Amino acid sequence: MSTPHFDYLDRLEAEAIHILREVAGQFERPALLFSGGKDSIVLTRLAEKAFRPGRFPFPLVHVDTGHNFPEVLQFRDSLAAELGEKLIVRSVEDTIKRQRLREPGGKFPSRNPLQTYTLLETIEEFQFDACIGGARRDEEKARAKERIFSVRDEFGQWDPKRQRPELWNVYNGRIQRGENVRVFPISNWTELDVWRYIQRENIALPSIYFGHPRTCVVLPSGQLLGLNEHLRLDETDEIVERQVRFRTVGDSTCTAAVESDAATIDDIIEDLLLAKVSERGATRLDDNISEAGMEDRKRNGYF
Amino acid sequence: MDLLRFITCGSVDDGKSTLIGRLLYDSDSVSLDVLAALENRPTVHGTVDLALLTDGLRAEREQGITIDVAYKYFTTPRRKFIITDAPGHVQYTRNMVTGASTADLAIVLVDARQGVVEQTRRHSLIASLVGIRHFVLAVNKMDLVNNDQAVFDQIVADYAAVADQLKLPHVTAIPLSALLGDNIVAHSKNLSWYTGPSLLEHLESVPAFEEATIADARFQVQYVIRPQTDDYPDYRGYAGRIQSGTYRRGDRVHILPSGQESVIEAIEVNQQEVESAAAPQAVVLRLTDDVDISRGDSIVPVGSQIHVAKELEATICWMDERPLWPGRKLLVQHHSAVVKAVVSAITYKVNVRTYGRAATESAQLNDIVGIRLKTAAPLVVDSYQQNRATGAFILVDELSGDTLAAGMVETMQNSFVPEPLGFTI
Repeated sequence: MSTPHFDYLDRLEAEAIHILREVAGQFERPALLFSGGKDSIVLTRLAEKAFRPGRFPFPLVHVDTGHNFPEVLQFRDSLAAELGEKLIVRSVEDTIKRQRLREPGGKFPSRNPLQTYTLLETIEEFQFDACIGGARRDEEKARAKERIFSVRDEFGQWDPKRQRPELWNVYNGRIQRGENVRVFPISNWTELDVWRYIQRENIALPSIYFGHPRTCVVLPSGQLLGLNEHLRLDETDEIVERQVRFRTVGDSTCTAAVESDAATIDDIIEDLLLAKVSERGATRLDDNISEAGMEDRKRNGYF
Repeated sequence: MDLLRFITCGSVDDGKSTLIGRLLYDSDSVSLDVLAALENRPTVHGTVDLALLTDGLRAEREQGITIDVAYKYFTTPRRKFIITDAPGHVQYTRNMVTGASTADLAIVLVDARQGVVEQTRRHSLIASLVGIRHFVLAVNKMDLVNNDQAVFDQIVADYAAVADQLKLPHVTAIPLSALLGDNIVAHSKNLSWYTGPSLLEHLESVPAFEEATIADARFQVQYVIRPQTDDYPDYRGYAGRIQSGTYRRGDRVHILPSGQESVIEAIEVNQQEVESAAAPQAVVLRLTDDVDISRGDSIVPVGSQIHVAKELEATICWMDERPLWPGRKLLVQHHSAVVKAVVSAITYKVNVRTYGRAATESAQLNDIVGIRLKTAAPLVVDSYQQNRATGAFILVDELSGDTLAAGMVETMQNSFVPEPLGFTI
């Protein structure tokens, strides 16, 4: 008998489905963190494969910074409706009011650091014991060292020196009261893997992933930032009209666009194969602050 | 295109991180902004320090060492690779076990000036213990011994004794220089006497996943799908991953540990019914009978030589700072099955230098010991030698939830192999 051949995408998919089912089996109140971005959209496709014809054993949860792209929010709502799954939205705006937090200052006021507060509030409100996220180890060096089941304390903190050894594909999600687990089913996928999977599965995405005309501000670094009402511009700032797309869809005040005519997934993959700048490097303004930026934020409860 | 997972192991300063950096760099997997971040950092040689590509945490950069397992990815036209970078320090052996547990291949790195050292023996033992079948003896820093073939040949001969003792199935020795890139991707004229494959050529051609697909069929239930909707009022599907082998519609199966028998009515992959499915596919099985099945139960073909056991002998690597003493109560997590257990005896400790076994009273952090385990409920297992999926388990602290040990089943006592009930369906 010939042995069946499985592509690397089949293997990554099988691993991710296995992880999602372990979450369903091990936790009482899990949640899937859903931003409307490509990685979390892929997670919903994997969840369909893991749990249909049943319902997802978790709600979709979105932490809305208030600076999100409107196209992405629309997509989020329509996908949740199409899936027939529960969507919980909690807003950073409310957290700022409730906890009397200071709004970020500067020209490009990113609310990314404040997301952590809202996330922790939401975890407490719903008593979530596991939060599934679409983070990948190829995104950043600190993420390259995080486990697939990552135990966080009451404050959501990650302690890289106290990580549990993760053996074979045996995932240990046993926790004490107050702790919770972050789970990353697509840890072993790269950006290119995600796109190839989207291509293979014919997964629909928000329009801002594809090339479109947009009014942008040119940053001193040469990066382009889509013009929006949250930016505090000077008169000297250069405003241009460009054909762009976004590689990630985070907070619109700190997610840069890249110039691109890519109209289809195939075009995007071609773009990526030629691209020489990493996803976070191309598009995130806030990671460039220090080399340990992500490590510090994860230690403090960030995803 | 398929997938190969490998681990790199070696002593401190053998150049593991540089080797990985070199593979990423030479396969064009490093983006410009990441390189720019590296170039902003001071280096000893005045060139880019490739090791910094993998040393991710601040403490590691400050101390210049690797303290935790890091995962890296690169792709060639032939394969996607997942690299596990395991630290060389003795106190972090548990991380090496962690990294090796998912690997298909181990690169054992040796400094050409040092040859086979105690760490080489330790790492080879651990890699072989967790069932890795393909070994690369990477003799690094050949440039520092004038690319001398005699030095390489001596190290290969020394390592042959290790390979022999551990019965390593496949060993390939490659002379190289990670710093200069010799024999990493391309053959180097500095080492023209070597006619074998470069490291990357070898990694691209090693067969992956040979065992899992040809082994006996094994499946454990992770989650029961019961929609109870108008469209699916009576649907009951057993969701899980095929751990090894192949399942076919119509197979007669045992549900273990209960011993009930049934027949596979349907196999679903992504809601599509298929005739057969194989490891490592994630599937849903539906059975013809309405039997009592829950998470952690195994569904295996009738006639399987699998054991239902409440007493096991196993080899473990102890990973907790507090030592293990006989009589310790803890949890065994065997994939989706979790049962209470007691370590009734510690039967031996492995000397990682000589590979000999000696009596011991307790197990300390990083010790590899044999234990006898009694479980409160039966486990459905194979020996680890027979099946890397169903022979593996972890030990967990019942209160803190911490993972205490990696375990591999050696033998089963007072177990039974399920017999067919004898009626035809």
